Amino acid sequence: MTPATTTMTRDRPHRRDYGLTGADARRAEATGLANAKWFSANVPRAALKSMMQRRNGPALRDTAIWLAALAASGGLAAWFWGSAWSIPFFGVYGVLYGSASDSRWHECGHGTAFRTRRLNDIVYNIASFMILREPTVWRWSHARHHTDTIIVGRDPEILAPRPPDLLGITLNLFALKAGPKAIAHILLHATGCLTADEKSFIPATEQPKVIRTARIWLGLFGAVIALALATRSFLPLMLVGLPTFYGAWLQLIFGVTQHSGLAEDVLDHRLNSRTIHMNPVFRFIYWNMNYHVEHHMFPLVPYHALPQLHAAIGAECPPPYPGLLAAYREIVPALIRQRRDPTWHIKRRLPQRAVEA
Amino acid sequence: MISKENDTMTQWIDVCAADALEPDDVIRFDHEGQTFAVYRTSDDAYCATDGLCTHEQVHLADGYLEGRIIECPKHNGRFDIMTGAAKGAPACIDLATYPVKVADERVLIGLG
Repeated sequence: MTPATTTMTRDRPHRRDYGLTGADARRAEATGLANAKWFSANVPRAALKSMMQRRNGPALRDTAIWLAALAASGGLAAWFWGSAWSIPFFGVYGVLYGSASDSRWHECGHGTAFRTRRLNDIVYNIASFMILREPTVWRWSHARHHTDTIIVGRDPEILAPRPPDLLGITLNLFALKAGPKAIAHILLHATGCLTADEKSFIPATEQPKVIRTARIWLGLFGAVIALALATRSFLPLMLVGLPTFYGAWLQLIFGVTQHSGLAEDVLDHRLNSRTIHMNPVFRFIYWNMNYHVEHHMFPLVPYHALPQLHAAIGAECPPPYPGLLAAYREIVPALIRQRRDPTWHIKRRLPQRAVEA
Repeated sequence: MISKENDTMTQWIDVCAADALEPDDVIRFDHEGQTFAVYRTSDDAYCATDGLCTHEQVHLADGYLEGRIIECPKHNGRFDIMTGAAKGAPACIDLATYPVKVADERVLIGLG
């Protein structure tokens, strides 16, 4: 081996196999990281029961505000269509459509937002369509994300595999990488096929639902495109379809903070997830998913009870980040460093009391 | 304490005092290498199922019980506690159910 080749090998970032059927998937199973027992903070059963209580009220109120804001901003954007006045309204509409839908998708997917199951399912399906996440595929992928959070080879939802694809993450501010990939998957599913990874986490009995939904969605997008052609206007596409892209930026900004730069292959959500304090507007858009350690540790607790849970387990968790800026001051240098050294990660410090216990 | 009482074919195993289980709650019960979930509903009916979710082997006793539905604490898979029927993804396989009775203020589960 020549010295030049040696240098290239050493400098090339080591890439682990993030696929669900590859070497790291087998390694995770062999080492007991798959479907393992995770750390759980000590919360008295009565207190946890009280926090797990389902209610329709908070989610009905928040969904009504969300839908009304969507209708108002979309209506005003359409009213001012053709003038610069439409731009701020499309800006608001895009965030409500392409970013706020992410947390609605998430909470209703868990079935915790509403007490009534059917309401969870209705909002889940609407939000899934808005962010191009096929509901059956993502329900199952998200179940795996909760079983094996940031376990390489097991978790299909690792947003920043190492070495991080910084260009890809930046492009996803406008869903320019994730969006085309989602469309390719919808087209694939509409032909009746699923990928090998998808077959590894979606039971055979559920797979026909994936195909049926993909075909329905193609029909809906076909109708919007037909309307745009018939009216010779982009307006229908600006209201349905394109907001997934131009409104995705806030979802990405929130989403990157959840786990990026933190430890892989640890069985403790306090070490691989972040809790961040946010202002009420962000918390409305994000449905309290800024309490991410709490959510992962106790996924049955609805979004509206997460601040309570945060207070209950705070003594056993690392200090929360005071805001998005503080989180990004840590994340950006970490991701840049992981480009050079994919084995490096941020080490969260656990409170002494929790370590001694 | 484990006391056994034979009732024709069923072996009744002592689980706990009847008042140790609150209405609308569930406890875990382990016996001879098997784990069960024993429930008391809000209208004071007692019943029991396998203790582990059929999706990914998580203890249902840590889950959320509302009415007849127990929800798995990890992935929110749902089961009818009276019939064991899986009621919502990711739970697709039914749970086994077991008879339960209350005698002398003790909850007993029927096994065997």
